[in-house]
Amino acid sequence: MSDISGVHEDPAFGTDPQQTPVALGFEAVTPNEMVPPEAPAEGGEATSSGGIGIQILRVFVENKLAVAGAIVVVFMVLFCFVGPFLYHTDQANQQALLQNPNSVINGGPAAGRPLGTDGTGFDILGRLMYGGQTSLIVGFASAAVATIVGVAYGALSGFFGGWLDSVLMRIVDVLLSIPVIFLLIALVTVFEHVTASLLIGVIAFVSWLIPARLIRGETLSLRTREYVQAVRVVGGSRRRIVGRHIIPNAVGTIVVFATFQVADSILLLAALGYLGFGVPAPLTDWGTMLSNGADAAGNGWWWQIYPAGICIVLVVVAFNFIGDALRDALEVRLQRR
Amino acid sequence: MYGFLLRRLFQALIVIVGVILIVFILSQLIPGGECKAVLGPKATLTNCVHFNKLNGFNQPLLQQFGSYLKGLIWPFWNPNLGYSYKFNEGVTQVISQRLPKTLVLVGTSTAISLLIAIPLGILQVVRRNHPSDYALTGLSFVLYAMPPFLLGTLLIIWFSFDLGWLPVSPPSQASAWAVFTDPRAFILPVVTLCAITVASFSRYMRSSMMDTLAEDYIRTARAKGASQRRVLYGHALRNALIPILTLIGLSIPAIVSGAVITETVFNYPGMGQLTVYAAGNSDIPLVLGTTLVATVATVIGSLVADILYAVADPRIRFGSL
Repeated sequence: MSDISGVHEDPAFGTDPQQTPVALGFEAVTPNEMVPPEAPAEGGEATSSGGIGIQILRVFVENKLAVAGAIVVVFMVLFCFVGPFLYHTDQANQQALLQNPNSVINGGPAAGRPLGTDGTGFDILGRLMYGGQTSLIVGFASAAVATIVGVAYGALSGFFGGWLDSVLMRIVDVLLSIPVIFLLIALVTVFEHVTASLLIGVIAFVSWLIPARLIRGETLSLRTREYVQAVRVVGGSRRRIVGRHIIPNAVGTIVVFATFQVADSILLLAALGYLGFGVPAPLTDWGTMLSNGADAAGNGWWWQIYPAGICIVLVVVAFNFIGDALRDALEVRLQRR
Repeated sequence: MYGFLLRRLFQALIVIVGVILIVFILSQLIPGGECKAVLGPKATLTNCVHFNKLNGFNQPLLQQFGSYLKGLIWPFWNPNLGYSYKFNEGVTQVISQRLPKTLVLVGTSTAISLLIAIPLGILQVVRRNHPSDYALTGLSFVLYAMPPFLLGTLLIIWFSFDLGWLPVSPPSQASAWAVFTDPRAFILPVVTLCAITVASFSRYMRSSMMDTLAEDYIRTARAKGASQRRVLYGHALRNALIPILTLIGLSIPAIVSGAVITETVFNYPGMGQLTVYAAGNSDIPLVLGTTLVATVATVIGSLVADILYAVADPRIRFGSL
């Protein structure tokens, strides 16, 4: 069992001595540069190797929290994307709902509506699926965009170094110093018409900074390695060095970051939704649902608050568990390879 | 030390100039220009031309940035952040009424969360691998995973509506100090904001304490026969606290972001709630103004934390770092 308290995108969690792998080498090396003494030639062209993949998978599966997290994520994806085919509800046409004599506004759980209805008469269980689609898509997509942009930027900055590196990193410093929520709100306000793709872009825009820094650091340490210098001596182009040697060797850092970022993106979207800057009706997301429920918190309509809140927390915790386990598994790959 | 401080000061200055530039760029990105945002989407071309001329928006960009920068720097006690069309007042005036309330909220909750987190972290080290350690780590994980808007909403439901112990939101009058007329209204927002930081602070304190306990001088102290209490509080604690200063500096952006959400949840009349209100009403100069003020406050806060770090750590104070 891994330490359940580790949530590692936060700077505060990075330095726990319990989680720092014991250095195996004879010389004092930082964990970042750790190479086991008997390691076969590190680096080389990135090739897929079944052995390592299986080993990573084994370490991952040993971690029960991570397996639980993976199950929760799979369940949530099925719930949101397959669920609507099994549980039919009208989530778009408010007019039709109002004219239907059977529809109830703010109705509690009852037969035919297991989680009740919201202030517009939409069925909450169906709405959870519908809103979850937005939350998950925006979460995944913005994490993917942020990771790709951040990795490219960081690798470029770290590899070229010099004044370019200084300028690129100062830009990151400046953007990082703006509190995230303020930057998000300013961007959403300036662009006025909120759509899911705008939210993906905006959330990615505030999230690519951390991977850019991480990968820059990794590149700085990788580019001085012997195998990278060997490629250079042999006459490998810069593009080849960055694309085939540096980025693949930083893949552990990248994958772990991306996993945590999905959780963070979902949280950021939920926060935006709560503040009233989520996707406009009749679309919805979990944060917007929670916000609508919280507006009527005094009425005791718990079904408008708890389900959306539980969905957000479940998914976020699940991705954090997976990220933790992936980090451990990929570290093991470095140690035992 | 002075070299370190000078470099740090210079760095903060560059960041502030960069942020001003970004805010200026954002103000230029408004679709249809500021004219449509202020006069409404139906404003005619003639109206817009007149509006732009009146406000100097027809000048070259560089010149506009120059006058924007000049307005910010002088007079520095009353910088010109633009005009809020929603409040019909200067952005600086609107913000200056709200800023003290946010500073009080953020300051109080940071202080309280440190008061909780430091003993908690020490306790976790002393009781390492005891059930209480696991319980506390588990609890701090739950707090960490709970987004502030959800925690705040739940606290309101439980303590305000169900139990009726605490008011939902503080009294909102024009006076900056009206918030303090009902201290009980202060409790829930502070608790919500604390929850964001207590988890990471105590976790960091725990690891910093364990790092320190692994140092050679601690072993020496133990070899000399110092009691556990003396080792912990006489030798280890002060050195373990130094990294916490850095952490506070690093956490300021997250705390400020948390304050925006907390203020909105509890309808606390601070700068965060102001920003959300302004954004909801497309008052773009006000949104950009609060963004700039919040960022400058954040940068200054981190700078102060770094200076304190330099003062507290003799390796920096006397060294050439």
